[in-house]
Amino acid sequence: MIDVLYFAWVRERVGLPKERVETEAETVAQLVEELRGREERYALAFSDLSALRVAVDQELTDFDAPLAGAREVAFFPPMTGG
Amino acid sequence: MEIRVQSETFLPGEELDAFTARVDGAGAVVSFTGIVRDDSGALAEMVIEHYPGMTERALEKIATEACERWSLADVLVIHRFGPLAPNEQIMMVATASRHRKDAFDAAEFLMDYLKSRAPFWKKERSRDGDSWVAARDSDEDALTRW
Repeated sequence: MIDVLYFAWVRERVGLPKERVETEAETVAQLVEELRGREERYALAFSDLSALRVAVDQELTDFDAPLAGAREVAFFPPMTGG
Repeated sequence: MEIRVQSETFLPGEELDAFTARVDGAGAVVSFTGIVRDDSGALAEMVIEHYPGMTERALEKIATEACERWSLADVLVIHRFGPLAPNEQIMMVATASRHRKDAFDAAEFLMDYLKSRAPFWKKERSRDGDSWVAARDSDEDALTRW
């Protein structure tokens, strides 16, 4: 089980801020494929990975990152702080 | 080092005075305050979303790196979240050093990294509708100079 979090327009497209996901995915990319296959709203949220950023256990990483031992994965658009 | 992520407003002048007082003898203090801009004249509010937990960690990492790269007496970062009205302060950064160059450079570094490496997202609510503020390529490009 892994906590999956969504922020900004990714949250709006998926329709929820957080969910627990039962997955065997070994990488972030595999998790994305699983989510895409669920429902249209996920496919829409994950249609363009170049427009997305990912953090595993609150550290910015990339879509090849392994998920072994990870507790939390977050998907969001490029950040706009400041 | 002081990092604050908060929904409440703050008074940049008071924060700067308190910061300057505690870095007694530093010689140079630089500060930047970011303010909600209403370019269209139709902005009702800006809503800032963040990632609690990761935000604090990311800001601490950025501030720690600034302290390693420049000789700083202290660093202050305040960033707000939630709904903000036009002309309200969004965030501020202050740096203190013995001489001004370290404080100026570190403040610019902090701002450049904070813009595209701290997990904040801005949504503008205006009379024309709601829209997420898109990250700019120039913000990402700004990181390459460091």
